[in-house]
Amino acid sequence: MITLSSYLILAALLFLIGVVGIFLNRKNIITLLMAIELMLLAVNINFIAFSHYLGDIAGQVFVFFILTVAAAESAIGLAIIILVFRNNQSINIDELDKLKG
Amino acid sequence: METVFYILSSVLLVSAIKVITSKNPVFSALYLVLSFFSAAGIWLLLQAEFLAIALVLVYVGAVMVLFLFVVMMLDINLEKIKEGFWNYFPMAIFVAIVMLVEMILVLNNNYFQETSNAVYTSISNTEALGLVLYSDYILPFEVASIILLVAIIAAIALTLRGVKNHKGINPASQVSVTKKDRLRMVDMKSTTKLRGK
Repeated sequence: MITLSSYLILAALLFLIGVVGIFLNRKNIITLLMAIELMLLAVNINFIAFSHYLGDIAGQVFVFFILTVAAAESAIGLAIIILVFRNNQSINIDELDKLKG
Repeated sequence: METVFYILSSVLLVSAIKVITSKNPVFSALYLVLSFFSAAGIWLLLQAEFLAIALVLVYVGAVMVLFLFVVMMLDINLEKIKEGFWNYFPMAIFVAIVMLVEMILVLNNNYFQETSNAVYTSISNTEALGLVLYSDYILPFEVASIILLVAIIAAIALTLRGVKNHKGINPASQVSVTKKDRLRMVDMKSTTKLRGK
């Protein structure tokens, strides 16, 4: 029988792949967004696993809302990437120093 | 059931690793599709049918297609982006292993060794989700719709380029106009001589 902890460890591994992805792809905004999507997916797997093993559907409602917010986030993120590309002719993060912060 | 779980989760993890290490962002997006698909399979094992289908429809069908559009539309200099790709790998793997050990220490104890106690109800997952979504969670549901509206408006407003070649009035220059711009005084000779004849 699959226990709850195997689902949680799977989600933990997926989350860590997302973290490593953010370290590795720090120059590529698009892959950075994909790593964030992986981390959100790991959180959603946790929610659904808990919802199943506790017999409470509230976890699935939260996954529903996380999906909504993640879709909005990636749509706006991609729009910002297009704006950055239009202004800089590249999406290299090293060149994003126009604000001199 | 266990075999299916292990196959799906290994496909999920391998494709997730390929997402973050692929040289080409197009391959990353396609591997992300594969990982979302196997995650949807895992959600089906957990009896979350509605969300599994929603994941495939919303993510694989809409968000990933959006990603692919953007990746293919932009002209990305791959060599420049991949410079020093593995520079921070030792630090990343250190952070990851520390977090992994901590999480496994927590997640492997007795509290989480629960086995499945699935409740077999007469109503489907979609119906059960709908019943709580439209009663207990109606306010968050409305807020989610507003978030989506804001996202639509923001995405359009960010990428909209105004039409440049249209004919229209410029109110600022209309307001700041002076008498000198509109009225021209012309000196003309008097015509009394003509009348005299």
